[in-house]
Parts: sequence; structure tokens; C-alpha cells
Amino acid sequence: MHYTFDIERGNFADAGQASSSVKRALKHLGVDPVSIKRTVVALFEAEINAIAHAYGGRIDVDIDDGKIVMVVADQGPGIPNIDLAMQEGWSTASPQVREMGYGAGMGLPNIKKNTDELKIETEVGVGTTVTMTVYLA
Amino acid sequence: MKISEIAKLIDGELVGAPADDTYEVRKAFASDLMSDVLRFSMEETVLITGLCNNQTMRTSEMSDLRVVVIGRDKQPDEEMLELAEELDITLIKSRYSIFKISGILYGAGIEPLY
Repeated sequence: MHYTFDIERGNFADAGQASSSVKRALKHLGVDPVSIKRTVVALFEAEINAIAHAYGGRIDVDIDDGKIVMVVADQGPGIPNIDLAMQEGWSTASPQVREMGYGAGMGLPNIKKNTDELKIETEVGVGTTVTMTVYLA
Repeated sequence: MKISEIAKLIDGELVGAPADDTYEVRKAFASDLMSDVLRFSMEETVLITGLCNNQTMRTSEMSDLRVVVIGRDKQPDEEMLELAEELDITLIKSRYSIFKISGILYGAGIEPLY
């Protein structure tokens, strides 16, 4: 099963809609609650990251019997130093993002915690593609 | 503790989705930082927050929260209330500060998340 969603820069009003749709689909498919939780938390964090930092992008989610693969690809500033970005508490989020309750520098570490595989491809000035995989029990 | 009992203790008003009084709340987590809420398992937990916007609802949805206390007399707007109903999340509005709400619930036997 394949789902696609667009990401619009700074559109916090709609933030979470993609993750919400995926959550409903996984529930409908009878996926176990722990895998659903891990999947939607990782996707939600990635969605928020892209809305907060990028100029636009796309989310692709593939669900099959054994795994869920989520690809969040954005056009944006890229991540100059991935090691720093993976550190808990390190953030470049704007005050606006922080007012929304995000931007605490927990996003990427939390994505790593909730996925079985995480791949981050990034180019400064071009964009970032985050590929997250959750294996189903 | 039942949702209605929590509301009574903190002089709160129930809004959003109707309270499910078969739901037992055992733990609480207080945070305005949604990034932190997403880090933990929120089973049988009430979130106490002063952050009153749609992102509070979306984060609660992803965290499987069923009940959220909105403190500091913050007023959810129509859109937030509609989202709460759609996501089956009960909100308890309270004019008390987060510290006071936390103290009352802790004193009444609600456990900290950690």
C-alpha cells in the first residue's frame, strides 16, 4: 500500500495530517499498537522537521506485510552537520517553531529511537531525504 | 482516577470529546514541550500543559493520549475543540497554574510518568 503527502513550508495548521492518515491506515490494517506508535511518532517528527526547516517536500509511505518504509524528502537548507543534529538538545529551530512546542532538538534522536533503520541523505542548500523503516513483528 | 474526578479536583471544565468514565488515569506528565511528550509512552496518562493549540492535539493523537488538562486558563479555539472531538480526546480546562494542577493531582495519588 502506498501513500503520498505534500509538505508545505511553515504550514503548522496542517502539520500532523500525514501522520494521522497513516495512523488510521495502520489501525485499519490491524498492525500491532507498538509498531503503530513507533511509526507515527517517527513520521510526525520528520513531518514537523520538514515543515519547520524546509521550503517544501513530499512524504512517501509504503506498507507491506513485513515493514513500513517512510521517505520524507524536502527541498531546503540541508543539514550542515548530521552528528550535531543527532545530539539531543541541539536545535536550529526558529522562535515560531518553539512557540508551537517543538524545536527542542529531540526530533532526529526520537526518530532514531522509534525506527529500525534510519538513513539521512542531505546536501547543504539543496535538501534532505530521511528514510525510516519499521519492521513489523 | 476517572476523568470526571480529575476535573472536579482542579475545578476544571470538560470540553472536546465526551469523557469516557471507564478510562482510568494512573499517571501524569506536565510539559509545554511537545517534543518531550513524543519521547515517552503515554498509556493511562494525562498530559498537563499550558500549550493550547492544534499541535497539542496532534501530538496527543500520536502519543495515544485520551485526556489533556489545559492549565493557566488558556482557552482552546473552535478548531482545536473540533480536532479534539474528531480525535476522541477529552480536554479539561482549568484556571489553575500547571504547578498547582500537578500538586493537586500528585497529592490525590496520580503518579509521575517517571
